[in-house]
Amino acid sequence: MGSLVYFSSVSENTHRFVEKLALEELGMSVHRIPLRPADGFLRVDEPYVLMAPTYGGGNEGGAVPRQVRKFLNDEHNRSLIRGVIAAGNTNFGAAYCITGDIIAAKCDVPYLYAFELLGTAQDVTRVRNGLGRFWQQQPLSLSA
Amino acid sequence: MSPTGKLKLIDRVTAINWNRLEDEKDLEVWDRLVGNFWLPEKVPVSNDIQSWNTLSEHEKTMTSRVFTGLTLLDTIQGTVGAVSLIPDALTPHEEAVYTNIAFMESVHAKSYSSIFSTLLSTPEIDAAFEWSESNEHLQKKAEIVLDYYRGDDPLKRKVASTMLESFLFYSGFYAPMYWSSRAKLTNTADLIRLIIRDEAVHGYYIGYKYQKGLAKLTQPEQDELKAYTFDLLFELYENEVEYTDSLYGELGLTEDVKKFLRYNGNKALMNLGYEALFPKEDTDVNPAILAALSPNADENHDFFSGSGSSYVIGKAVETEDDDWDF
Repeated sequence: MGSLVYFSSVSENTHRFVEKLALEELGMSVHRIPLRPADGFLRVDEPYVLMAPTYGGGNEGGAVPRQVRKFLNDEHNRSLIRGVIAAGNTNFGAAYCITGDIIAAKCDVPYLYAFELLGTAQDVTRVRNGLGRFWQQQPLSLSA
Repeated sequence: MSPTGKLKLIDRVTAINWNRLEDEKDLEVWDRLVGNFWLPEKVPVSNDIQSWNTLSEHEKTMTSRVFTGLTLLDTIQGTVGAVSLIPDALTPHEEAVYTNIAFMESVHAKSYSSIFSTLLSTPEIDAAFEWSESNEHLQKKAEIVLDYYRGDDPLKRKVASTMLESFLFYSGFYAPMYWSSRAKLTNTADLIRLIIRDEAVHGYYIGYKYQKGLAKLTQPEQDELKAYTFDLLFELYENEVEYTDSLYGELGLTEDVKKFLRYNGNKALMNLGYEALFPKEDTDVNPAILAALSPNADENHDFFSGSGSSYVIGKAVETEDDDWDF
């Protein structure tokens, strides 16, 4: 079984979505990318799906949180990513959830799901069930 | 007034030091707001004149009334709303962000004027403003919000402000998205999208500050504010439904607009940290409107419920970020 790695700013929006998923009950481990450099660096040792919010800006630069870019700059961390889930706000137009597009393209992994702000009850159900199935379908050699 | 007869603004002055942040969100949002800065002159609304002339009289009337309503709300938010939040700020950086928000709301209000002067004649503009001043539902919505701005509760002010930024504008924003989905008034829609983007950051930030304040209260106080928030949303929603019908009823669009209202009502609640209220089946916004708002929203980013045979690899995106190492 794989894991979930996520980033959430002090607004805790993404964190609250992750709490509602209760993935530990499905046997998945959950790791949060630290907010500040002083909090240490997250290094993962098992395949994971990455979940991150999209920061809304006038251009697409800066859409992926800085901490997430740093996490993925680590080659070992990057080698274990299997998919991405993004949060965002349709008010940002073409940049809606673009974090998912950017990471999927850069890391060559599927863009699994997009949700708005805190996500709805339906989003929680879909992602929870979806992640469970996703890890069951992953080839053993990759997910072991 | 102080005993000396001078207007007393603050007890002491502390120079703002952006190198010593009490809440890093202040700088992050400041940077985003500055990065998003724009002026209406950048959008060639005059390219819409031909398109405007293809609208029927009913359609023109609806559209100009929509813009007077939006002008009124942005005037409130720029001159009263965002300014009223400043004395409640907990950090000098938070104050600075509110001054930025207040200024941008004034830019928004001015943008509607540039749309008016480009597309309408002076008598048409006057008639639209006259309508907005006599429309009871528009006046009521302004009164409800202004009441809370004048009230003495900083957190209720933030709730009212978030409702305005994230909910009350959308009965108006529907119209330019509707026209855009029909390839009409597309430059006007581009300008409105810039406003919509700003309101998202404003609603997010004010809602975030509300949650920070809320966390310091006792459970009964938190419960009271939650009840107040939902009551206010209901009160505003009932009024929005009437207002919507007065604008769109003639064109048969009321039900379609109401879905958009409920969708945004849910987002306002989320900005305040609460769960969505309106169920999914009541918030299924017309896909054409959603696509006009965000071309990225109608792509199927739901690998989980799809056939599973194929998936979306993110489209290649030019990123200007220089801190990717790969």
